[in-house]
Amino acid sequence: MAGMYHDNDRSKMFSRRALILAGGKATLIGALAARMYYLQVMEADKYTVLAEDNRISTRLLAPPRGLILDRNGIAMAVNQHNYRVMLVAERSPSLDYTLDALARIIAIGDGERARIHKEARRRRSFVPISVRENLTWEEVARVEVNAADLPGIIIDVGQSRHYPLESLGAHILGYVSAVSENELTEDPLEELPGFRIGKGGVERIYDMALRGRHGTSSVEVNAVGRVIRELERKEGEPGADLNLTLDVKLQEYAAQRLGEESAAVVVMDIHTGDVIVMASTPSFDPNSFNRGLTGDEWKDLSTNPRSPLSNKAIAGQFAPGSTFKLMTALAALEGRDITPEMRVFCSGHMQLGSIKFHCWKKEGHGAQDLISGIKNSCDVYFYEIARRTGYEKIAEMAKRFGLGAPTGVDLPNERPGLIPDKAWKKKILKQGWYPGETLVNAIGQGYVTATPIQLATMVARLANGGFAVVPHVARDQIADKTVRPRSNPVWPNMEVSRQSLTLVRRGMFAVSNEPGGTAYKARITQEGMWLSGKTGSAQVRRITMREREGGVKKNDQLPWKERDHALFVAYAPEENPRYSIAVVVEHGGGGSVVAAPIARDILVEVQKRDLARIAENAPGAAPDLRRF
Amino acid sequence: MLRPMPRMPSRLNRTEMSVRDKIWQINWSLIAVLSAIAGIGFATLYSAAQGSLEPWAAKQMVRFAIGIGIMISVAMVDLRFWLRNAYILYAVAMVLLVAVEAKGTVGMGAQRWIDIGFIQLQPSEIMKIALILSLSRYFHGASFQEIGRPLFLIPPLIMVFAPAALVLKQPDLGTAMMLVMSSGALFFMAGVRLWKFVLVIAGGLGAVPVAWQFLREYQKKRVLIFLNPEDDPLGAGYHITQSKIALGSGGMFGKGYMMGTQSRLNFLPEKQTDFIFTMFAEEWGMMGGLVLLGLYALLLAFGYAIAMRCRSQFGRLVAHGITTTFFLYFFINTAMVMGLVPVVGVPLPLISYGGTAMLSLLFGWGLVMSAYIHRDVPISRRGMSDD
Repeated sequence: MAGMYHDNDRSKMFSRRALILAGGKATLIGALAARMYYLQVMEADKYTVLAEDNRISTRLLAPPRGLILDRNGIAMAVNQHNYRVMLVAERSPSLDYTLDALARIIAIGDGERARIHKEARRRRSFVPISVRENLTWEEVARVEVNAADLPGIIIDVGQSRHYPLESLGAHILGYVSAVSENELTEDPLEELPGFRIGKGGVERIYDMALRGRHGTSSVEVNAVGRVIRELERKEGEPGADLNLTLDVKLQEYAAQRLGEESAAVVVMDIHTGDVIVMASTPSFDPNSFNRGLTGDEWKDLSTNPRSPLSNKAIAGQFAPGSTFKLMTALAALEGRDITPEMRVFCSGHMQLGSIKFHCWKKEGHGAQDLISGIKNSCDVYFYEIARRTGYEKIAEMAKRFGLGAPTGVDLPNERPGLIPDKAWKKKILKQGWYPGETLVNAIGQGYVTATPIQLATMVARLANGGFAVVPHVARDQIADKTVRPRSNPVWPNMEVSRQSLTLVRRGMFAVSNEPGGTAYKARITQEGMWLSGKTGSAQVRRITMREREGGVKKNDQLPWKERDHALFVAYAPEENPRYSIAVVVEHGGGGSVVAAPIARDILVEVQKRDLARIAENAPGAAPDLRRF
Repeated sequence: MLRPMPRMPSRLNRTEMSVRDKIWQINWSLIAVLSAIAGIGFATLYSAAQGSLEPWAAKQMVRFAIGIGIMISVAMVDLRFWLRNAYILYAVAMVLLVAVEAKGTVGMGAQRWIDIGFIQLQPSEIMKIALILSLSRYFHGASFQEIGRPLFLIPPLIMVFAPAALVLKQPDLGTAMMLVMSSGALFFMAGVRLWKFVLVIAGGLGAVPVAWQFLREYQKKRVLIFLNPEDDPLGAGYHITQSKIALGSGGMFGKGYMMGTQSRLNFLPEKQTDFIFTMFAEEWGMMGGLVLLGLYALLLAFGYAIAMRCRSQFGRLVAHGITTTFFLYFFINTAMVMGLVPVVGVPLPLISYGGTAMLSLLFGWGLVMSAYIHRDVPISRRGMSDD
């Protein structure tokens, strides 16, 4: 009975204490609810932002790079689908199983296998590993057909730059390659893995226009970074297509004609400045840069004495030799220091003070006036008129015609050449100007150097009536990312008298069209295509007195490095000039026998194409070569 | 009997009840609340598997069905049977705990499982029930005077701290804490004086520096990270930071069922087990969370109502003990995922994916139901009917 009372007491105490504990629990549950309110209502905005940061990752979309086309719409640089076989390790039962299956369809080397295994260990299992790149279409088809038996294999399409003409025009095109640290700009595209920018040539000069604008893609990613789906996509702008003034058919002909020589040729329109041909040999295949050069290939390219990587048309600085006499003649005429009829007697040399200056023709030319002086390229005639004119005026005239400074052609790494003067000599060589140097430089020897494009520009300015035409390779006017048609050029008049120009051109006519002219053998006989030119053979070594007594060595007796540079400059057609040309064959020998025939053949080809174009009368729509 | 019992319903005032009587007494609304909570669990597991019954939801349903079966079976068994066998069950649980210590399977860096062929047994879960039963039995037979004597409290304290120490050694900090805390509540309900608790808690706090030495490195780290989670957002603090982001971004009404970005994209770790509340609250928002808390609170109310209505001290203590354990489960879990307490491995009851916790919890609720069915059965100190 006591137990019963006892139990009632216990029951009361139990109830009392249960209420206390229940109250405690209710308080704690209230705390949970309060915490929930704090996190999910008060702090919700903050956590929503954090959640979106977690989840959304923005990726850049690379726009297709603009194409590069020649003046007739022939593709010189295109984007190629790069079909790659990729392997996603997590979808494959085992790497070797999948690779064995794949090896029955396309070739996979043991080295490849080792690399794939290594990469698979290093990367997360959902990241595709490249098995093989640059598959042929046939290989792609075979892999796709067998897709069911190839777990984890996917075909991925990337883009790579391709130069279908290979080495043709390589120097003008340049190439593309990965961005290096010091080339970084603000363009977010550069952050894309595998993004390539133009390095060299028009790829570099017009890189911004060719690149286009990036697009963006917002993707949802999970905790390990795998893309789940795309949320939003903003397409970028493809790069602008670039039309060049080059004619690849002529370019091809010119390159063939130059052959194995270390040489350069520039053909330009004397009125517009369009560069129609610019070839530099030997050349290289820009695709190899994209593919990646082997050590040996790089060594071959970089140590080859004929420097295939350099664009000699704009970066090769050669003594212009006798082609420079055109400037000397002009300067003398313009300064009224001579008359065209004035005669100079050439005995084979000229004495200035104690030094004897030789003519290239040991036995002498006899009496020479302006026309015959140019026609025969008589050194003594030019020594004499240079002496009368003075070096200053000659240098001034050369500079007016574009020598001694970059022409401003739209290509990187153009070199200035050199028109020396007294100040230059004082500064660089710490010496005064000797009178004899006037004579030597007046015939394009000594310190004077010029690039082939400068020589072509010089002739163009002579032939177009004295207007300071500037060469260019892009058909359109391009600034940063904007492309607009080039306005009709109005070149500044260089204020050279018509008479003087006509006289010099008359001399050039004689060189290649009158019997006895230094380039008579290289004349054009087709009616209406005649060329007028000037030869040059630039000596690159010093001829000693002793050698002169024993007979000057012929070029083919000399090692390559000591042979003369062969030069030829010309314009055509003679009646109504339109094209100028400069040919330089490094250590090629005589200008008249080596360079002039090349120039003639190219000029004939250029004018034939010209006629063909007129006959067609319609350029025809360029095929759409853009590939995505 | 000298005095008649005034408020005693006639049919149940019997020492022996027929099975029909018992079935009539089954508390279906309690089962309905349990099922509602479990149903939320199924739906959340379905969503956690990106809208698939596999691999979690289907198994969980089967387990719940088995668990409900066990629960009803347990409820049918006479409450006195549990009283009589409380110490035996406790002994078995102790043996199993020691066995785990001796040759347990190592899982998740802790020795917690014992493989007995068809099921992997977690002895600590059995111990949670066995401890409540044996403590209830001990205090059932105790008078006020006895409870007032400090020496009388020594055996039950040993009963608590022996398994707690073993569990802590596994190491399973969460379960050890739960054993101690639910036992503490039992001591309190049994009538142990408040100042004794104050004394023990003060002693416990004094022992913290000593206990710190015994904690595993990862446990220390968890406590430190709890104190400052921003210290290591990508390392060990990752769990809690991501959990708060997921919860917080759910907002008031949630992102919608099957639309929880953080959990679906795997930013949320352990989303089907310990962090399932986060996923639920991300998808259903604060409103969903409150509904779930409400259901849990309702379950607690049931437990308390049953405990209050029990005539026997044993029934009261068991019902209260199980209810408190259940409260500790969901409180520690939800407080943990919301960054209120350190990360300890305590599942969300009836919702987290996992077999043992589900079965032991439903077994516990079976005992509560048994206490309800036998609420008017008087029990003597030895476990016989009080006649």
